[in-house]
Amino acid sequence: MTRANAVAMPKILARNVSKIYPTIDGETVAVKDFSLEVADGEFVCIVGPSGCGKSTFLRMVAGLDDISAGSIRVSPGDEPGKPSNSVVFQEYAIFPWKTVIDNVAFGLEMRGVSRTKRLEVARYWLDRVGLAKFAGYYPHQISGGMKQRVSIIRALANDPEVLLMDEPLGALDAQTRVVLQEELLRIWEETRKTVVYITHSLDEAVLLGDRVILMSAQPGQHLATFNIDLPRPRSIETINGPRFAEYRAMIWEKLSHEVRRAMEQQQ
Amino acid sequence: MSELPHSAAQDAGLTVNSAAVRDADRRAILLLFGGIVVFNLALFAVGLWRPLAWLAIVASFVTLVLVCERIGRMVSPRARSAYERSLAFGFPLAVLALWQIAGDTGMINTTWFPQPSKIAAGLWDMIVRYDRLSGTSLLGRPWLIPEAFSQNGLAGVWALLSESHVLATVSRVLIGFILGAVPGILLGVVMGVNQTVRLMLDTTISAVYVLPKIAIFPIVMLIFADPFGEGPKILVVALAVFILMTINTMAGVRGIDKVYLMAGRNYGANGWQMMRHVIVPGAMPVIFAGLRIALGTAMIVIISVEFLRAKQGVGFITFYYWEVLNPEKMYAGLVVVMLLGIMLTYLLQWLQRRMMPWHR
Repeated sequence: MTRANAVAMPKILARNVSKIYPTIDGETVAVKDFSLEVADGEFVCIVGPSGCGKSTFLRMVAGLDDISAGSIRVSPGDEPGKPSNSVVFQEYAIFPWKTVIDNVAFGLEMRGVSRTKRLEVARYWLDRVGLAKFAGYYPHQISGGMKQRVSIIRALANDPEVLLMDEPLGALDAQTRVVLQEELLRIWEETRKTVVYITHSLDEAVLLGDRVILMSAQPGQHLATFNIDLPRPRSIETINGPRFAEYRAMIWEKLSHEVRRAMEQQQ
Repeated sequence: MSELPHSAAQDAGLTVNSAAVRDADRRAILLLFGGIVVFNLALFAVGLWRPLAWLAIVASFVTLVLVCERIGRMVSPRARSAYERSLAFGFPLAVLALWQIAGDTGMINTTWFPQPSKIAAGLWDMIVRYDRLSGTSLLGRPWLIPEAFSQNGLAGVWALLSESHVLATVSRVLIGFILGAVPGILLGVVMGVNQTVRLMLDTTISAVYVLPKIAIFPIVMLIFADPFGEGPKILVVALAVFILMTINTMAGVRGIDKVYLMAGRNYGANGWQMMRHVIVPGAMPVIFAGLRIALGTAMIVIISVEFLRAKQGVGFITFYYWEVLNPEKMYAGLVVVMLLGIMLTYLLQWLQRRMMPWHR
């Protein structure tokens, strides 16, 4: 089960990463000694109880948060000028003041790609998720599920080395969520991007990930790694298989203990 | 299939019910309307209407609201917008009509509270009159423009326009507004983004904010070579707008959801792109709310300044007619101020629609 290529040439290499917030009552350790290697083209899910610092870790990988100790490296690809990472935020974070298509083309615009070129790319992605009709709409005119689609293809249109997703489907209702999981699987099979995916949902983690990393309650530490050996391409039917249930039960056994500990901590 | 009779019966029940409500409403309207007329007439007959005027007015208003609410319930959805419009414009018109009647019948002192018809006549007189002594008129006699143009060209038109009170006020407000708003927004953005600048200036801005700008007018006059010219007047307006816009823009910038800033940074926006694509549009709703308030403040300041020290302007003419004991025209001046306020607000709303197409 060792991933030879992951050891040889990891796309993301995080070594002993810690995050410490200074507060009035002293220091709060959000992430402690967390190490992670992600191979090129791998889909890694990070699961953990609320407030375990998984989002903080993702923001550190994205360069949006300072690292207190340790190091994170995202290897550049062969193409120069390609952005190293793009984040899909839980709260969509698509700009209300830009039309859908301008939102999708945002990353390209910031990199100085010409208008015709970037709109062409944006239109291609809008087509792929069935939003071509809504190109000229403003975000307040479309539904939550559509907004999150826009947010996801904004990241894909940017064509980053790695895709960082921070509970992207967390704010959606159960049905929309399933539809988007399926769409995500389909797109990922075609693009094979390197993905780090934060989620609360075990089902989602097992369904999407090649590997599921379990983080402990605060301070967030590496607890366990599960290799998900389910065949690709997967679809929503994968959930009904017996192996899926096995994986889920195995992870839940460890996770439930942590969730309880996290709840006790909060009290 | 079995549900059909059931729902039909329900519908029928509903219709009967709403028809009953309608009848009750109709009766209530007649009763309330008749009641309040009788009440007022009775007070009148026994000579108690005047001493109890406030009671009568409040009771009439409350009854009118109750009647209109019942009418509103009976209005069909198609006629709904017409009903709402007639309520919005009908009530002020009704108040004006009552004012007129009260003045005509001598119930209020028309020397100090002239009725609308007199104010309108005063306004008309102000529009057509040219004051030879001061060389001014209210609008600048626009009907003479073609003649002036054929005689003296653009210079002639300019001479006509520069005699206008309205244009004098409008140009002071607009120039002061722009001179105050642009730097105000710029400083507000800087203070919103940079904590050091914010900490250094916030206290001072808050202190100057509460200062009545008219109170520093005498000092502002000293700054200029010509203390009685346009400079000081424009500067106080600009100062008032500047402070307001700084505070509002700062609040707008600080209120931007952090996730947008993170998204901007993550997608590679540099400093300037961040401003143009994230911070300025993100703060725009609050900036426009601020501009609206600043416009009102600008009008207040300029009218006060013109009351105090001016030879031209709507504020000047209003105060002038008060001094020469001509209340009709003083009221007419106030009407002009209100009309200007409405026009400038519409202008701002138009600008807002142009600049914030995403706003619903």
